[in-house]
Amino acid sequence: MTLRKYLVLLAIVAFGSIGDTFLARGMRDVGAIDVHHIVHVLSALANPWIIFGTLCLLGFMSSYMTALSFADLTYVLPATALGYVVMALLSRFWLQEHVSLQRWAGIALITAGVGLVAGGPSRTEHPPAPAKAVETLQERR
Amino acid sequence: MRNLYIWFCIFSTVCASTAGDVLIALAMRRIGDLGQLQRKHGLLAVLARVVSSGALFGGIFFMGMAYFSNLVGLSWADLSLLGPASAALTFVANAIAAKLFLHENVDRRRWFATIFVCCGVLLLTSS
Repeated sequence: MTLRKYLVLLAIVAFGSIGDTFLARGMRDVGAIDVHHIVHVLSALANPWIIFGTLCLLGFMSSYMTALSFADLTYVLPATALGYVVMALLSRFWLQEHVSLQRWAGIALITAGVGLVAGGPSRTEHPPAPAKAVETLQERR
Repeated sequence: MRNLYIWFCIFSTVCASTAGDVLIALAMRRIGDLGQLQRKHGLLAVLARVVSSGALFGGIFFMGMAYFSNLVGLSWADLSLLGPASAALTFVANAIAAKLFLHENVDRRRWFATIFVCCGVLLLTSS
């Protein structure tokens, strides 16, 4: 794993958490959607918070696709769960909110999970298919 | 009844998100490391390979479904319920799907990491 790859994982964390927060803020403006008129959810797309949230999620999507091109899904998902920890730490030290013991326990568990997965290999190596293996051998010769 | 709708939204978000994640991961594995490809063949070649992947568009379609299901859920419930419930369930569903469909090596270390993160998210956001 190079610095560039860690930066891609960091971009997933940042875009994902900011995008989700913007969407939640926007849906508060839009209000509850009637289950019989479910297409009204499309009207939410005109809300500025939803537009910014969606743009952030597009950034999330491109960095997520880049990460999946060099690492396994079961590596990328836990590794990017640090976003929850960042949000809790920001609320404690920036917004001066009270963080309960239960939350600190949650932060410790997520950090342990991220540490565990980050210590292992990022990619499962699959053996090449027979035809491809011959090609690879020929290339080596 | 409202709770039923909320849990239906969480369930459909988890299913669509897992299907999307698996299809996108499959597509990106077939395409290869984007950074290396860009250095070797240039940005246009990378874009052409990405755009011609059917699995990727399938994945984006399911991600879109998860997005709208999440939006409808957010109109009925708070992010503090919807976020952790769908995130925690998606972690577990993805680990199972990655092992079954992508044949990833989900060893003991990755299972523990998934369970730790899942429990951590629940603890962090349910307080």
